[in-house]
Amino acid sequence: MILVTVGMQLGFDRLIMAMDQLAPTLNMEVIAQTGRGTYQPLNMTARAKIGPSEFEELVQKSRLIVSHAGIGTVLTAQRFTTPIVLFPRRFDQGEHRNDHQAATANNLDGRPGVLVAMTVDDLASTIAKGLSMEKPDTALSPTARQLHEAIGTFIETGEL
Amino acid sequence: MTKSNRASRASRPSRPSRPSRRVLAVASGGGHWEQLMLLRPKLEEYDVRFATTDADIALQRGIAKAETLPDCNQNKPFKSALCAFVAAWVVVKHRPHVVISTGAAPGFFCLMAGRMIGARTLWIDSVANGEQLSMCGKLSKRFAHQCLTQWPEVADEPRVKYRGAVL
Repeated sequence: MILVTVGMQLGFDRLIMAMDQLAPTLNMEVIAQTGRGTYQPLNMTARAKIGPSEFEELVQKSRLIVSHAGIGTVLTAQRFTTPIVLFPRRFDQGEHRNDHQAATANNLDGRPGVLVAMTVDDLASTIAKGLSMEKPDTALSPTARQLHEAIGTFIETGEL
Repeated sequence: MTKSNRASRASRPSRPSRPSRRVLAVASGGGHWEQLMLLRPKLEEYDVRFATTDADIALQRGIAKAETLPDCNQNKPFKSALCAFVAAWVVVKHRPHVVISTGAAPGFFCLMAGRMIGARTLWIDSVANGEQLSMCGKLSKRFAHQCLTQWPEVADEPRVKYRGAVL
């Protein structure tokens, strides 16, 4: 199963339409959380909202997540070690108030389990890559280990 | 060590194994909370108490004794005042040695209240802010003891430090 999500705050019809076109070629169930979008998908199960606990269940069950570059979704995917394809919202398409999602996506690209598609044309190949990916490692990344250590130091000494 | 021994140890991860430092760890619901939860194993080495804006998301992680703060942001002055008041109450109640927050405004209020009772305070700016600090991050740079960004590019030593990231 593939889970598509655009968050709860804004619609993101460009991603939903692109995924609706791709869905028949993917040979598996595609569930989309469409937020405040107006486009009605024909080829995937679509729901405007999904509650947090059900969302977590779906993330856990999914082979791949295709998502706007929202950090909440990246963190949930990371927790359940589900690979994720990020498709950032664009300011020039009126999809967000600035281009921070493109910056987030670029920054996260290449982390374990994270792939990025910047354009609709890149989506199909990036999804194929994501589906062939192993589950990302659950061990702490070097940067996470560094932060954990810094926090321990701060708690014990009050300094960093 | 016997197997059952190991198992009973593993089932008590929340028992503080370090000198008892009381820690108040605060995050609003959503991405801020997700980030705090990624830091949970480290925090639970100490005597930690969690606070968030939605009791349900704490219960979801099996945290029954979390404190609940009213959600607020800079556009809601009345809610913010209420939140600041509740934050002060929570801090006075627990008398933490250390207050840590991954955001947003309610966490910042807890940091400020913590300062007033002499706690050491740490702001960890959200990993979502890869280009500049959040509004509360900018305030924390001045008013918290330490301010961390999760992006090396955003660091501005000595006030804003980079010491790794949740991801």
